[in-house]
Amino acid sequence: MSEELIYTRPESLRERKTHYCPGCGHGIVHKLLAEVMDELGIREETIIIAPVGCSVLIYDYINADGIEAAHGRAPAVATGVKRVHPDKIVISYQGDGDLLAIGTGETIHAANRGENISVIFVNNAIYGMTGGQMAPTTMSDQITKTTPYGRNVQDVGYPIRACEMLNTLAAPVYIERTSIHDVKNIRKTKKAIKKALQNQMDGKGYSFVEVLSTCPTNWGVAPVKAAKWVETAMVPYYPLGVFREEKETV
Amino acid sequence: MHEEIIISGFGGQGVLLAGKLLCIAAMREGKHVSHIPSYGAEMRGGTAHCKVIISDEEISSPVIEHPTIVLALNAPSMHKFEPKMVEGGLMLYNSSLIQDKPSRSDIRVECVNANDISEAAGSLKAANMAALGYLLKVKPEIASMDALKEALDEAISARNKKHNPVNIKIMEAGYRS
Amino acid sequence: MSKSVLMKGNEVLAEAAIRAGCTHYFGYPITPQNEIPAYMSKEMPKRGGCFLQAESEIAAINMVFGASGAGARVMTSSSSPGLSLKQEGISYLAGAELPCVVVNMMRGGPGLGGIAGSQADYFQATRGGGNGDYRTIVLAPGNVQEIADLTVQAFDLADKYRMVVMILGDGYLGQMSEPVILPEPDVKPVPKPWAVSGAKGREPNKVMSLRLTPDDYLEKHNIHLQELYKKVEGEVTQSEAYMTDDADYLIVSYGTSSRIARKAVKMLRNEGVKVGLFRPVTLWPFPMKELHDLSKKVKKVLTVEMSAGQMLEDVNIAVNGVTEVDFLGKLGGALPEANEIVKIVKSYG
Repeated sequence: MSEELIYTRPESLRERKTHYCPGCGHGIVHKLLAEVMDELGIREETIIIAPVGCSVLIYDYINADGIEAAHGRAPAVATGVKRVHPDKIVISYQGDGDLLAIGTGETIHAANRGENISVIFVNNAIYGMTGGQMAPTTMSDQITKTTPYGRNVQDVGYPIRACEMLNTLAAPVYIERTSIHDVKNIRKTKKAIKKALQNQMDGKGYSFVEVLSTCPTNWGVAPVKAAKWVETAMVPYYPLGVFREEKETV
Repeated sequence: MHEEIIISGFGGQGVLLAGKLLCIAAMREGKHVSHIPSYGAEMRGGTAHCKVIISDEEISSPVIEHPTIVLALNAPSMHKFEPKMVEGGLMLYNSSLIQDKPSRSDIRVECVNANDISEAAGSLKAANMAALGYLLKVKPEIASMDALKEALDEAISARNKKHNPVNIKIMEAGYRS
Repeated sequence: MSKSVLMKGNEVLAEAAIRAGCTHYFGYPITPQNEIPAYMSKEMPKRGGCFLQAESEIAAINMVFGASGAGARVMTSSSSPGLSLKQEGISYLAGAELPCVVVNMMRGGPGLGGIAGSQADYFQATRGGGNGDYRTIVLAPGNVQEIADLTVQAFDLADKYRMVVMILGDGYLGQMSEPVILPEPDVKPVPKPWAVSGAKGREPNKVMSLRLTPDDYLEKHNIHLQELYKKVEGEVTQSEAYMTDDADYLIVSYGTSSRIARKAVKMLRNEGVKVGLFRPVTLWPFPMKELHDLSKKVKKVLTVEMSAGQMLEDVNIAVNGVTEVDFLGKLGGALPEANEIVKIVKSYG
């Protein structure tokens, strides 16, 4: 009798019990990242920046060197690491509060410098770790712990579209928005992450992948419904696709 | 020898450079020196000054409360620092630009036509050099003229060194005036 | 021996840092320390280092965090309001035990304050403006030569103890030019097996300050930090005693104000008043024992600083009631005058 191993845990992913909630998108994105790291053979070259947010413990899952940044400062920490190790692969993995609220300045300026890093932005339209408060990407009328009557855009502003905003800058080489609400889009997300890392390996410059993701716990819905909500509520406002493929020449 | 010198003038008259040259010249002749510039918003337009101490002994404090020498390149500088001078101190003022005379009678007063000397020797911008030359004439114990000329070589960046010959000429003219 | 050159304090600091093996500098402009980033921007590219002007002081200190975590000798510099912004990063650096050098050329506050030199950030520097039970080593140079020497020392101390070392100067020291003999340190690379560099052939490294589980992880880490700080207290205290052997009165002062105090000591000695100067060079750890021992021998201690009485608290702790402690403080960038100090000390007699 012979057995054929057809599926296994990527080497870049540690064997560990997850702390993420059922239906959370982080587990999927972590696994995609780990698969891509294996495929590109860069596990031992990679330094991952852990942000403040639910994915602060990403270094407990990704089997590579990890350094934890203060809230919002991941792009600055990534810059410091990359300037010391220009030949290593530096990944800044961030959530929406981290990347677009407290860390907006760091996000824009790292992109504008064209730091040769890869940013993976997991947008689930809410603060997860602190218990479901409004994020800069929270949808209009969405109910959160701090928008109990729904997000009133007249009062607290509109959800920010990160890809579109960064696409106004000259330096980035690659900007794409993907989603993980179904298998087809999960596959596209993996391709996007791979391209972002390949760009860095090739020394091309700053790559940004926004992944629309789920937070069933804080949204107060079941996982299947959460995936549906990404598709029906988020995707129409946050259109999927490639925004930038080559460096703009100015 | 211990002199506490304030060099003061309009921003752009080169008072900081003058102070630095004096320090380097004296330092190369074995003196202890210190130099503190005024800095910030007053760098352009208003009065800029520097505090220079040159001493045979180690300098405790680089801060000057009561100068022994004031080199005033414009009128506001003379009026500002005259009241603070020690009794018997030297007020050297730029008579090309200052019509008034110092009012105190307990200080030594000297004047130099710094701008006129500079202009006559070929530059509109080197009144500071003329004044330095004159200062070393009346206070030779601070530094020698040779040391001052050499200081110019040490202090000026390569791209501005082309002005050194005319600056030296103006220093010498100030010294002789 | 090298020839002495006339250089500004700020430029000396930058040059000494490069000579001490600082390969990365991140900063943001603020007066009166702008000569440091300017010097770095000119020299670093020529000497194989990295200069980067960050988008804010917060970004700069977090770039320092990244570069230090990646194993580099790294520095940032700023002045008082900028240091307030860097406090977050300093706390994280302390939490993750990352070495680096942080420079504060103090100016008057609170708020935007002014640009004249001041010593009003003593509390912030020695008590820490960030969250948590942490310490930073604080070095206070008193002249331009000492700026050079302490800068070299700062990098060594930072790497030795894996701590943030702060150089606490002020606007006057940064702007002042004095003759200096630039140090030529023998820089040996310090092994940093904990740094992130890609986990090639080893277990991955984690550089972090979050310590959630097990329940006593954070407590144990804090106990470890406090043991480290105790060790530092025993090993790195520095101070200078000037004319204190037969002194009846003792002036305690650091940095720029100690220069003026030194002048006052000379003036008083010329008049036959037996007075000495005690100058802490490390503000944390504060030279408690040295000052305590000296204070036992004098009739009175006068603390002189350019603040409303911040170092005064450490002086009182050190003196611990064995003699009376008096205070002269200047506010908002004003300087004490030597004559003023002379008058106060003479009034004791």
